Amino acid sequence: MAYVIYLIFYGFLLTAAIGLLASWIDRKVTARVQYRVGPPILQPLIDIVKLLGKETLVPRGASKIIFLTAPLVGLTSVMLVSTLLWVNNIDYGRGFLGDLIVVLYLLTIPSMSIIMGGFASGNPLASLGASREMKLVLSYELPFVLVAFVSVIKAGFSIRLGDILMSQAQNGVVVGSWSGILALIVAIMSVQAKLALVPFDIPEAETEIVSGPLIEYSGSGLAAYRLMKNMLLFTLPFFLMVLFMGGLRLDGVHFLYGVLKYIGLVALITVIRNTNPRVRIDQAVRFFWGPMTIIAILAVLLAFMGL
Amino acid sequence: MAKTIIPIGPYHPLQEEPEFFTLTVEGERVVDIDVRIGYNHRGIEKLSEMKTFDQSTFVIERICGICSTSHPFAYTRAVEDIIPVEVPERAKYIRTIIAEGERIHSHLLWLGLAGHFLGYNTVYMWAWKLREEILDVMEILSGNRNNYAMFKPGGVRRDIKPEDIPGVIKKIDSIVPTLLMLKKAVMDDPVLHVRTKGIGILTKEDAINYSALGPTSRASGVARDVRKDSPYGAYDKVDWEMIVTQNGDVFDKVVVRILEMFESVKIMKYCLLNLPKGEIDLNLKDIPPGEGIGHIEAPRGETFHYVISDGTNRPVRHKVRAPTFMNLPTYKATVVGETISDATIILAAIDPCYCCTERMAVRNAKGRKLYSGEDLVRLSQEKTEKIRKGLK
Repeated sequence: MAYVIYLIFYGFLLTAAIGLLASWIDRKVTARVQYRVGPPILQPLIDIVKLLGKETLVPRGASKIIFLTAPLVGLTSVMLVSTLLWVNNIDYGRGFLGDLIVVLYLLTIPSMSIIMGGFASGNPLASLGASREMKLVLSYELPFVLVAFVSVIKAGFSIRLGDILMSQAQNGVVVGSWSGILALIVAIMSVQAKLALVPFDIPEAETEIVSGPLIEYSGSGLAAYRLMKNMLLFTLPFFLMVLFMGGLRLDGVHFLYGVLKYIGLVALITVIRNTNPRVRIDQAVRFFWGPMTIIAILAVLLAFMGL
Repeated sequence: MAKTIIPIGPYHPLQEEPEFFTLTVEGERVVDIDVRIGYNHRGIEKLSEMKTFDQSTFVIERICGICSTSHPFAYTRAVEDIIPVEVPERAKYIRTIIAEGERIHSHLLWLGLAGHFLGYNTVYMWAWKLREEILDVMEILSGNRNNYAMFKPGGVRRDIKPEDIPGVIKKIDSIVPTLLMLKKAVMDDPVLHVRTKGIGILTKEDAINYSALGPTSRASGVARDVRKDSPYGAYDKVDWEMIVTQNGDVFDKVVVRILEMFESVKIMKYCLLNLPKGEIDLNLKDIPPGEGIGHIEAPRGETFHYVISDGTNRPVRHKVRAPTFMNLPTYKATVVGETISDATIILAAIDPCYCCTERMAVRNAKGRKLYSGEDLVRLSQEKTEKIRKGLK
């Protein structure tokens, strides 16, 4: 029963609420940077509610079942990741062995769902976007998994999120070491790509391929994708906090630190997305397989040496 | 690899104008491009022929919302060429000031859009915010933010008040630091370099062969500028430089436009400070029969107008050629071989203005025959005959 509460309350409702708020912060800060006024605080929620009330169109050439279930697959996986993260942050002991691996796997599923939906829609621009998304996934997953390994080493080779958090509570946060700083840099870049934000919004580039995989989505399908993206805006920074910054502790002043860490990460993501143009897909692949992978390997080596 | 058709247009968030590019792609690489225009034909030339010489300037001004002064400028010069007559010095200076102000706002607008096409929306919003300043200057000078209505055959409609000049110069000076900031932001950004350098190269030979105009040709090393080649207005009295770069890629097209804005500021300031005294209008009464041409350097290149008068108060024929008409075909040379991601910025790099360029082409659906002007006149006469017979 406790798990159901975690799933519904923490995994979905709380994550969605924080994610919508974070997406409002992102939009508002972006607007202020660009001399605009920006949306009111409830706008992200209003957008989704409005989309839920709209007609869902399925294009004629589309494979109907995959087209309609793909957004739900993505949404569910984000929910599960978020639940796992909350469980571990609230109660270290409740996690299970290997939940880090599960989280890493589940975090690729939103991208997979976008690829599925894009190809299922049968639109040439959507399949172009989906193939770009595929290339992007292939490029950033390697450094992302490598830097996750840094935290595993720091926690004494444990692949339990609870152990990673515990060791950080005892020995100080991972990002306090040289390897941790390098790992966090690579991780933030990968998260930027996972969120498909500038400079890595290549799969959805509005001015090139008109939102790519999402081009044919409307109504509740689009609402599910929007909600998934907003929830990812909470889940991914939260995951980075767990891996590198000691997670979110609910006792007293530590809770405040946790909130500040989260806001800091979201602000950083927003700043990166507002101070860069979009790169090309081949440049993105070269960026992740070149400098980012090298830095990630360096971070792992440093972690091995205890730095 | 299988070839796919990627359509850009007729309505596409890339450029909010009706245009249609068919990109044939292999994977991400563009192997062929087909450009279709003509979705928004407005018959402006015909409209202009139905107005008097004076009224036409207002219609012509509305050909384009961005370079709204370049068309009346070329048109009035064409009309003055029929007589022929020289406008008063003061009017020449005022015309130059307005044309250069327009160049600054047009280049800023393009710079913002170029940022948007690259997904760099901060540059987009900032450039447009800075553009407000120059629009304010234009509002003080002409009373309008856009579509200034300053031109008439024989002079200008509105004088610049001497008491306005110090304030205007102060405002223009305030633009320079922000332009410098924008120049630094664009020219020092490593990611922008990666996206624009060596992309969509228009070689010097291609620029000459395709008769590219304006910044598009100047970025390819072709020193072609009506303001220097056949000076009009006050351009021969001002000391300014033609910006020419050699590489012909997207980055050079950005650089040319940014540096040109500084030259425009220089020209505007010189003209405002050295505004000669005297009349601003010749008060032309009659336009004799004859033909005249007028060409000026618009922000996008040479705008060319041709007017025939038969001695009445309206033009019998008015022909407009906007610079984009010459720059569009260069796509064949620049886009083919690049990726789709780069195609958008290459398409935007010539600063296309479709509404200036729109042409109408009439096709016979069965025989796929393209009708010429004479064919259309004949068709229309046949139709009239048919109706007339039907009445009997």
